[in-house]
Order: sequence, then structure tokens, then C-alpha cells
Amino acid sequence: MRLSPASALTWGLSALGVFVLPWYMLEDGLTPMRLFGLIGSEVEYASAATAAAWFGRWWLWPPVLAVLIGLPSLMPGLSRRSAALLRGGAGALGLTSVIAQGWLIGIRGWNYPALEAAFGALPSGQFGIGLGGAAAFLAFLLMITDALALKGKFGGDRFVAGAVGIIVAAIAIFTIWPVLTILSQAFGIAKGETAAVVFAQRFFHAKVWGLECLVSRSACGVAWNTLALALSTALATTLLGLCFALIAIRTGFPFKSGLRLLTVLPIVTPPFVIGLGLILIFGRSGIVNQAAAHLFGVELGRWIYGFNGVWLAQVFSFTPTAFLVLIGIVQGISPTMEEAAQTLRASPSRTFNAVTLPLMMPGLANAFLIVFIESLADFGNPIVLGGSFGVLSTEIFFAVVGAQVDFGRAAALALILLLFALTAFLIQRFSVGSRSYVSMTGKGETGLAQGVPTWVRRVAYTVALPWAVLTVTVYALALAGGFVKIWGRDWTPTLEHFARAFAIDHGVKGIVWSGGAWSSLFTTIKLAAIAAPITAALGLLAAWLLTRQRFAGRTALEFGLMLSFCVPGTVTGVAYILTYNIPPLEITGTALILVLCFIFRNMPVGVRSGMATMSQLDKNLDEAAATLRASTFRALRVVILPLLKPAIITALTYSFVRAMTTVSAVIFLVSAQYEMATVFIINRVINGDYGLAIAYSTVLIVLMTAVIGLIQLGVGERRLVRREPSVPAKERHA
Amino acid sequence: MISRRLLISAFSLGLLASAPIAARAQSLNVLCAPTAQWCEAIAAAFERDTGVKVGMARKSAGEILAQIKAESQNPKTDLWFGGSAETHLAAAEQGLLQAYTSPNMKDLHPWALKVHEQSGGQSVGVSSGAIALVINKEIAAKKGFKLPEDWNDLLDPVFRNELQMPNPNSSGTAYTIVAGLIQLWNEDRAFDYLKKLHANINAYTRSGAAPLRAVSRGEAGAAISFNMETQADIEKGFPITFGYPKSGTSYEVASMSLIKGSRNQANAKKFYDWYLTGAAQDIGVAVGEFHVPAHKSAKSDPRLPDMSKIKLVDYDFKKFGAVEMRKHILERWEREVGSLPAAR
Repeated sequence: MRLSPASALTWGLSALGVFVLPWYMLEDGLTPMRLFGLIGSEVEYASAATAAAWFGRWWLWPPVLAVLIGLPSLMPGLSRRSAALLRGGAGALGLTSVIAQGWLIGIRGWNYPALEAAFGALPSGQFGIGLGGAAAFLAFLLMITDALALKGKFGGDRFVAGAVGIIVAAIAIFTIWPVLTILSQAFGIAKGETAAVVFAQRFFHAKVWGLECLVSRSACGVAWNTLALALSTALATTLLGLCFALIAIRTGFPFKSGLRLLTVLPIVTPPFVIGLGLILIFGRSGIVNQAAAHLFGVELGRWIYGFNGVWLAQVFSFTPTAFLVLIGIVQGISPTMEEAAQTLRASPSRTFNAVTLPLMMPGLANAFLIVFIESLADFGNPIVLGGSFGVLSTEIFFAVVGAQVDFGRAAALALILLLFALTAFLIQRFSVGSRSYVSMTGKGETGLAQGVPTWVRRVAYTVALPWAVLTVTVYALALAGGFVKIWGRDWTPTLEHFARAFAIDHGVKGIVWSGGAWSSLFTTIKLAAIAAPITAALGLLAAWLLTRQRFAGRTALEFGLMLSFCVPGTVTGVAYILTYNIPPLEITGTALILVLCFIFRNMPVGVRSGMATMSQLDKNLDEAAATLRASTFRALRVVILPLLKPAIITALTYSFVRAMTTVSAVIFLVSAQYEMATVFIINRVINGDYGLAIAYSTVLIVLMTAVIGLIQLGVGERRLVRREPSVPAKERHA
Repeated sequence: MISRRLLISAFSLGLLASAPIAARAQSLNVLCAPTAQWCEAIAAAFERDTGVKVGMARKSAGEILAQIKAESQNPKTDLWFGGSAETHLAAAEQGLLQAYTSPNMKDLHPWALKVHEQSGGQSVGVSSGAIALVINKEIAAKKGFKLPEDWNDLLDPVFRNELQMPNPNSSGTAYTIVAGLIQLWNEDRAFDYLKKLHANINAYTRSGAAPLRAVSRGEAGAAISFNMETQADIEKGFPITFGYPKSGTSYEVASMSLIKGSRNQANAKKFYDWYLTGAAQDIGVAVGEFHVPAHKSAKSDPRLPDMSKIKLVDYDFKKFGAVEMRKHILERWEREVGSLPAAR
């Protein structure tokens, strides 16, 4: 076997991680000087080898040994078998020892008294692993996947093996571990109770599952509330999203770009803005109520508080998500099949019902699933408009931070939420999973994009246009709050809120960012910009693996990927603190924990939209590339990636925007140094300072709209060859 | 195989990019529960007076307690400022706080020192506020009710569907209200009252400040709420007014504590001593926060309530802050009040 550069690189990385880079996380940051830990003068700056040799940390010898074992596997002329054996052995030893030392030895020495009794006290404890440890971990992981590929697993493809390894490890460390940490709290007990009984009490509590609302005016259990809300929101948004997608792609609607902007607007809005706008319109003292009282003498009352209002606000908030998922699907449907249907004399209606609609099923199911889960985990809308109406996400939040301070109850409720999400996921899989929806093949496309039947167009217009008008109104009223003295009370125009947030002074040393909001704005943009490309890349890579590769545990991986999405933000936040505040991974209070939280919370949308788009791509394309001897990676890059542009845009946009607008997860993770825009805003809302909060939100909305524009410009449109229609081309290509 | 190189370099780039920002050498890390405005003003003044750099993050008292509990094995916070005495006592009960007696304590009001005594020296009161009854004057004129003078006035059917109070299962403010009523009368009478009151309540909000916001903006007619927030909304020009129940009302003492095992103990003590001076306690009113300062020589202000003129219940923070008591009251509230059919 000849030496491949990738194997050499992997080994080099392991050597770098163990011999050169500082093994531990540095308390006061990493400087270029300290990157070189081979001759560290203090154990904190030392590499693993140095720490083991000079500072008596004998438990770091095994990783060093593993690197040395791995070296001979690079020798040219080695048989596949022995290369796999050496590399696999080195990787397994390295990985196990890195995990074991981190797990067993903490700040104060042994983490478990039993070990101390057995082996005696250690000379010193250790802090969490840093750059060196992370590099070594990654390298050992790749050695194992390499060895598996050499033994013929993953179709013998080392790229696929490596990608699966990295994704599985990332999900295990940053999603499953924290979730398990918090769920283990559900079994937390006080003296004299047994775990099972306590858990059952928490899980089957009447407040959670009660059905009194069916027979009386009492409130039903929060589990039923949540389920009813999520189902009705998902249904409404999927329909609305479909209408908008059809109008945008398949009709000659003249204001398509305006429509697109409108559907994207709610997604770039910090959640409570929509709630406040709805109160201004439909609230008891809102415009509609006052008009009704004035014109007809009826009191509409407080109907907006509770299920109705939360549902309305969620439909506003999540229609864009459904739209973004569906637009790629509607675009991707090949006209060939529709043309075939029409050639066979099917009416436009029949074509739509029997061909177009079924081809959209994966997209519709995906949109439904995503919105369903988003609604389950939504926190901002229920908190603003819920009144007495409670859902699981707010119950969990208040179980943690409210008067109860009961992590166990929060964990039990989180488990219910997870079960709902899991059920939805399984139903979706079984209903659409097994059929074929391929409509983009490598064969020449000569189809003509079809219009939709008249009745569909009418329905789409009747549903979507009033909704669009309502959206504009809600926004105009809500955002007006940033430009008037006291929102809802004193409508004198003013710019003082903007001045307080974004003042710039000119001092002796140049520009001084003296407004209160600058620091959090810069931090937020920086972290979101770091997180978005990583999120999109990992998400699409995962989507490609899930749709295109066959390997054991694929369904489990798919669920693992979706898991972080259905855990509500508050739970994620607390879980991250519980998990990452102590070695082996000690990253609380850093920017890293925020970036990781963004990546793993937002990746599922990249995965879902990537999978939906990819299920439309014929495998012939991959096979053709393989026949032409392109490597797997080259096929992915040259053939699949360009066809995935809509999914890339969705993933990038979504992860950037969500990183900038998410509240509940980061509220526990922000530190004084790294304050996020949303936390700044929510603090002002709690304070009743709506003016400043809305002014800041307005700036965020403008900024994010600009970024979305830039992303679309940068990634570009997917160019599908579709025959130009004989009618004026402009109308169809907006 | 450019691929893996790309992946690896992206991964390590990510690590590199974030490693320098992993620095957290702060001189003092404070979690602060009152409004952001107040927190920032305090941090700035302390930095000016002592030169110690303050890392200040604002979170609600419940969030702070949850975070400190989660961090307990390796505390990153040095000092916890603000939030009701019960949350501090709950933390003390769980062994999360560090006992400390400041030399500056002698000039504090007795109610502030009571927290220090009841927490075993692990916490001290810094400011106080009382529960008030608030109405929207415009809605009052329309519906024909006036400012209630005592708890029983709220039972008048004229308030039907107009009254809001927070839900004690989620809000510390609501717990202060319910526990106050129990101490004013007794447990059975308090719950009897709450059951009758239910007929007039249009929502038990999840957050403690929400009823006041609803009254200010005309979404509800009357609310039970803290006085300092109410005063701040009056300053902003909302058509509201408030009074105290004449038979007695509940109150809270916002407190301050050191976190056990934190890294900057010396600076934390410096802050602790510094805040227990009159000058530091004048900052609140200066930035529009109307909490009553704990220091006797803090400046008086006409907008600050005079606690000596309000009839307060004798609040036992230790008894009602204890986990068991809290659980018992919350469960009884849920069983007897929270599960009642919605009033119409």
C-alpha cells in the first residue's frame, strides 16, 4: 500500500496534539508564544508528553504511546491488514486514554473515591483539556475510522468513514452528553424516596396530563396544551408556507421579491416583537378592540391572551421556516413529469393533485416536522402572550428559575418534550421514508415549468395575501415603538432610543462606541459569523451521509442530529452549564460554549433541508461521477454541492439568523464579557424599556436582512436547465 | 483527499479562533438581579472608586440561583447582587454561599440585618420593596372602581375579570404575596381568600412584573405588584396609581451574597463592604430605581416609599424560604386555587 497524504496528516495532527500543543485549556488565553508546549516551564502550558515526563502526570503516557504505535502504519509497502491493525490499535488506545483520563481525573485528583482508595491519591489534579487534547482526540478518532475503512467498512471509503466519525463524535459530545446529564436529574431524589416513584410522580403529574378542560373550564395539562398548539401551528404554517412557495415559484405574481422579503422578515425578528405587535393590534386596548367598541359597541375582551394569541404569534414566526424549506422543493420538481401527465391528457387539476402534490410530500412532511418541533420548543411567544396558558417550554423554564427551583421536574418535563419530538420524527419517517421522490436526474431536462391550476392559484392568493397585509401591519406597529417616546402611550416621534443604544462619540483616540448596545452587537455578529459556516457545512455533510451512504446506525444518527432541535433552549442552557463547567471540557464563560451551542442547536435545519433537497437528486448523478473515477469527495463537491445551493442558503441563513435571535439557551451561557444582543434586549423588555428594545431589534432586522442578501448573492442561484417558455421569460424568472 | 484537510483545518481554526477568547481573568465576576441600568451604574461606580474591573451580567434571581447551583463544583461567579432574600436563603440552605460579616454592617436597617442573621451570616439585605395594589385610572373611571384600600376590597365583583396577579409556581413575587397573606392571617384563611379572589382574576401570569405591565398599558384594570416597579412606570407617564393594603402587606428584602469557593474572594469582599456604604446605595434612585436602600444614611427621596409608614407583616424569611415550606405552599396553591375553573 502506498502512503496517502491524508494518513500522514492525521498522524502529524496526533503528534502535534501530544508533543507540541499545550494539552490543557489555558486560563488566560492562548497566545502564539504558548502554542509551543514542548518545553513548557509550567504544567499549564505543557504538552502531554512534557507534562508526563517532567511534571509527573503519568496518566498522559498512554496517548503518547498511541502516537508512537501509529507511526509504523505509515510505512509504504505495508499490507492493508497490518496498516489497519496498527492504526486502529493506536487510535483506540489514544481515544480511550484521552477520554478515560478526562473522565476519571478532575480538578482535585480522582473524581471517584473508589479509585482513590484503590490507587492512592494523585500528586495533583488537572483542568480541562485544551488545544492539544482536542487535536489529539480528533486525530485518534480519524485513525480509527481510517482503520475501519481499510477493513472494508463504510464501503471502504475513508472519506465517508472519517465524516461519519467526526459527526458521530460531535453529536455525542455536544448533544447527547449534555442531554443525558440533564435527564439524569429527573431521577434526582431527596432522602427516603425511591428514584422510580419520584420520577413517576414527576412524569405522570395531573398538571401535565390532566384532561379537565374537556369537561369543565379548568385548564388541561401542559402536555396536551403543548401538543394541541404544536399540531395546529404546524398545520397552519405548512399550508401558508406552501401557498407562498407556489406563488413565488409557479405564478406570475408581480411583487415576488416583496413577498419573499415579507416571509423572511419574521425569522429575523427577536421573538417578543411579534407578540408586542399583536397586543397592540388585538389586545384589550388594541386598535381592533377600540374600533369594535367604537363602531359596534361590542367588547372583544382579552381573547389574544392564551392559546389563540400564542398560536397566531407562532404562525407568524414559523411560516417563514416552512416557506424556506418548501421553496427549494417546489423549485426542484422536474416539469418533465408534469408534462408527461398533461401529454396523457390529464387536466391541470389532476396533474397538480396526482403528480405535483405527491412530489412535494417529503418537503411538506419536513416543513411540518420542523415547525412542529419549533413550536414545541418555542419560549418567547408563550411567555409574552400566554397569560394563564402554559406549555411545556415555559413550565420547564419556571421549574428551573421560578419559585420551585426543581431541576428534577424540569428534566421530567423535558423528557416528555423529547418523547413528543421523537414520535413526530418516527411518524414522519414511516410515512414518507420509503417512497421515491427523485425528480432531478442527470438526463437532459427539457421540461417547461408548469403553472398551477386556477383554483390552486386562487386559494394561494386568498390565503397568502391577507396574511401578508397582516404581517406588514404587525411590523409597522411593533417597530414604530422604536421611534416614539412611549410605545402604546405617547406617540411623539423621537430618535432618543437609537441614540441611547448606538451613540458614537469622537474622542481623542478616534471613534468611541459610547452607546450601550455596541459591545453586545459586535460580540453577537462575530459569534454568529463564526458559527454559521460551520453549522451549514456540518449540517449538509450529515445530510449527504444520511441520504447517500448506507451504514449501521444511520437512523440512530439521524435522530441524534435532530435531538438538539427538540430540546428547548432553557434545558440546553442548563445542560451545557452542568456538563461543561468541569473538566474534561471546561468551557463555561467562554465564547466557545456560545458558538458550540449555536452550531448544535441550529444544525438540524441544515440537515433537514439538505436531506429534502437531496432526496430529489437521482443517484445516477453520483454513479456517473463514480464511473468517471471521481473520488467520493470530488463527486460531492462538483456534482452534488452546486445542486444543493438552495439548501446551502437555507442552512447558512438560518444558522446565522438563529444565532443572532435565540434567547432561552444563551441566557445561561452569556458572561459579562460575552453578552449577546438578545439577552441585552430581553433585559430591557423585562425592565419595561420597550423603546430601546425595539430600536435595537430594528437595527438587528436591517442588519440580518442585509446579511441574508449577501449570502444569496455569494452562494448564487442553482442553475437548472429548464426549457425557456414561449411566453415572456421575465414573468417566470423572478 | 483535500477534504479531510479542510475539515481538520476548519475544526482547528474554530478552536484557534475561540481559544484567545477563552480568557476569563476578571478581577470580579458579579451576577446581578435588578434592572440592567442599575447593575451597570453600580459596576461603573465600583470600578471608579476601587479600580477593580467588574464583569457584570444581569439575570433574574431564579436564573442566578439555577446557574450558581449548576456551577457549584467549580464556581465562576464571585458575588451575587440583588434578588429576594428567599432565593439567597435557598442557596445558603444548599451550601452554595460563603459566610462573611462586613465591618460596614452597623449602619444598616434592622430588616437588612435580619437576613444576615437568618442566613447564618451568608447573606445581607441591600434594599427593600413592598407589595402594593395598583389600578389603571382610565379603566377605573370606565368600570367605576376606585383604588382598593385593603385586601378584601379586591373581592368586589366590580373587579371581575380585571385583576391580575402572578402565578406563585413560576414567580417569586407571587410567592411573596401568598406567603405574606399567610403570615398576615393564617394559612387556611389566606387560601380561603385566594379562592374567593379567583373569581375576579383574569390571568395568573408567569412572570412577576407582567401584571403591572398589563395594567400600565390598559390590558388589565388592577394588579398586585411591587411598589418600586410601579413607581418607575408612573415616572414614565402611565395612567396608574397605587396604595398599600391597610391591614398589612408583604415585602421583600433584596440581598447580596458571596459565592463559596469562587476565585476572587478578596475583591468580592471589597465590593460587599463598598456597597454597604451610604454613597453606593444612593446610585439606585439616581438611575430611576425606587428600591428602599438598606443603609440608614442613604439620601431620602420623595419618590421612595417610607417603609416605616407602611404596615408590614412580620415576614419570616427563614421559615418561608425553606425548601419544604415552599413546596408545601406551592402544592396547596396548585391544588386549591390553580386548578379552579377559569372565572368568567
